[in-house]
Amino acid sequence: MKKGWVLAASLMIVTVALVVAGTVWPIPSATAYASGQHLLQSSSTPEEAVNSLGEAIHAQAWEKAYLSLANRGQFTEPDFVHDLTGYYPSLLTYATLDHFDTRSLHSSANDADIQLKLYWSTVVGTSPVSRDLHVTKNGDQWQVEWPIQKVSVVPPQVIPVNYLRWDVIYRGAGDDWGMQDVEAPHVRIVDMHPVQRADGVMILGELLNEDVVPAYVSVSATLLGKDQSTLASAGSFDKISHLLLPKQVTPFLVEFPDRTLAGVTGIRMTPFSTLISASADPVIEIDNEQLNPAPGASLTGQLINQSGQVVNVAHVLGTFYDKSGQVVWIADRYVDTALLPQTPVPFDIHIPEDLARRISTERTTVASFSAGGVQ
Amino acid sequence: MKVGLTFALGSLFLAAPHLTRAQGEGLQIPKSIAAGDGFSIQSAGNGKATLYIVGPNQVLERAIERGGTAFFAPGALQNAGHYLVVLKADDSAAKGEFDVVAANKPSELSFFARPSRLPIGLHDGITGAVYIFDAYKNLITAPAPVSFELSTPSGAKQTHVVVTRNGAAFTEMDSTAQQGSDKFVARVGDIASTRVVGQVPGDPCGIKMTAQPSGQQIRLETAPLRDCSGNAVPDGTIVTFTETYGETQTTVDVPLKRGIAQVDMPAHNGATLSAASGVVLGNQIHWEKQ
Repeated sequence: MKKGWVLAASLMIVTVALVVAGTVWPIPSATAYASGQHLLQSSSTPEEAVNSLGEAIHAQAWEKAYLSLANRGQFTEPDFVHDLTGYYPSLLTYATLDHFDTRSLHSSANDADIQLKLYWSTVVGTSPVSRDLHVTKNGDQWQVEWPIQKVSVVPPQVIPVNYLRWDVIYRGAGDDWGMQDVEAPHVRIVDMHPVQRADGVMILGELLNEDVVPAYVSVSATLLGKDQSTLASAGSFDKISHLLLPKQVTPFLVEFPDRTLAGVTGIRMTPFSTLISASADPVIEIDNEQLNPAPGASLTGQLINQSGQVVNVAHVLGTFYDKSGQVVWIADRYVDTALLPQTPVPFDIHIPEDLARRISTERTTVASFSAGGVQ
Repeated sequence: MKVGLTFALGSLFLAAPHLTRAQGEGLQIPKSIAAGDGFSIQSAGNGKATLYIVGPNQVLERAIERGGTAFFAPGALQNAGHYLVVLKADDSAAKGEFDVVAANKPSELSFFARPSRLPIGLHDGITGAVYIFDAYKNLITAPAPVSFELSTPSGAKQTHVVVTRNGAAFTEMDSTAQQGSDKFVARVGDIASTRVVGQVPGDPCGIKMTAQPSGQQIRLETAPLRDCSGNAVPDGTIVTFTETYGETQTTVDVPLKRGIAQVDMPAHNGATLSAASGVVLGNQIHWEKQ
């Protein structure tokens, strides 16, 4: 009985001690999330000013971040917030800042240039965004000039759209058991090529919708060993454009992490397709596609939404071929801002350095998602 | 009640040797009847007894006076199969058996037509299978001629007549050279079942593209796309336009609308313009300043 009281008292004392310690000497991450006086308290160097701004963005303390800016008179706080999270619903709208990096580009006694790289945590993974910040000295404090990006506004107009759409009626529960259902779309794998990479086996290929109706597609692959035994199975997940209009081709990539081709005697490919209600719009032009050589090999270009509908999320897939026309790599990138009508939005897709030399041509496709439905 | 009936029937089955001997004790049962037909069972002797008829998915129980005839109205037995008849009295039991067969008059067809959509010009590309049932959904196993007829919107017809075996008939048809929704009809007597088979165009036979200036851009437009049988390729089919200029490239996937695909692309002097749809390539245009 006495031991119980001693234990309870000890626990209470330790708890109070920890609470006091946490309040008096909080850890930096707790400080960042708190909206207390610790935030933005130190800006005695350019790096500290940028770090302080980054912490405020991380904590979504928009007002504090806005008030710390040297050029805040040029735009409003909502403009600043929209510049970070998007004016229209997009991947960044529901993202949080995971972390950020800073890199000094230039420094002098009165001003400095620092690159702030924000790593947003989105529903499709981390999306890095870089901003080059000019930092100026104001008295004994440094302040960031935020490079606000004004969104180009499309003039009010009516864009006529010859709206083409497919809807599907499936067989009903009350139909006769002999009643045939609507046929699934016919799709065909037109290219398939396994490659061994340091991080595992990759199956690269292309899938064609050879039907006259839209198809929701995916591809799965099974690595077979001796005696046709199954070594591993995996699907293409989001390394594919899942919606294929008639005669449209999508690349696909199936990853088998930590696997090697040694011991693989065969690969069983299983394309899947089903009917889906879809529309043929919006049409997205991929402009100025360019293969940039190593170092920093990449595919860059611009997306131009040719329709009058806002595209909230665009998924860009690049298929890279060697001189013989064989697929050597497939990479993708989500565009984190919404595509406004007729407004170019840049994209870049990283290409592994060791493959960049082998790449001769490329083909870029875009899958798009608009609020209110698929495509 | 159900437990009592089950127990009584179980007891009767256990006493099967005895019942076999008792079968000759005057039960007059038809050898077979058609499903849904009325029938009668005559018994010998006198006194009260209970008549049981046990078959697939069905049990009938009736109290009768021995020495008379028990009549069963049309529709009393609906399921085809082998039935057991048991007459149980306090002092004796008798047993018999008979078959219920499907009625010969077809009442319903189950018609499987595959696929619901296929390209034109496929030999034996369409299959049809029919199962014939009577009014009580019993499979009619007696041979019966089934007429399969595939008719196109233009009126052309293919007809096959196939006699059923074990209640089923099967045929194959060719898809024609003309796109459209075909009617696929299976008919037995005056019973028919219809399915719709969509015949869709094949790949474009070729893509002919033209280019002309459109303000600061180039307007690319295809001629109406047709397959090699002359059918219009359906709207929504994707045509990929590609413009290659120096080290850069511009691509657009454009759906056919009203038979053609049209797009405006950047005007670069010396650019190469091309079009493709699926695995079909179109012509190339080398753009020079007009």
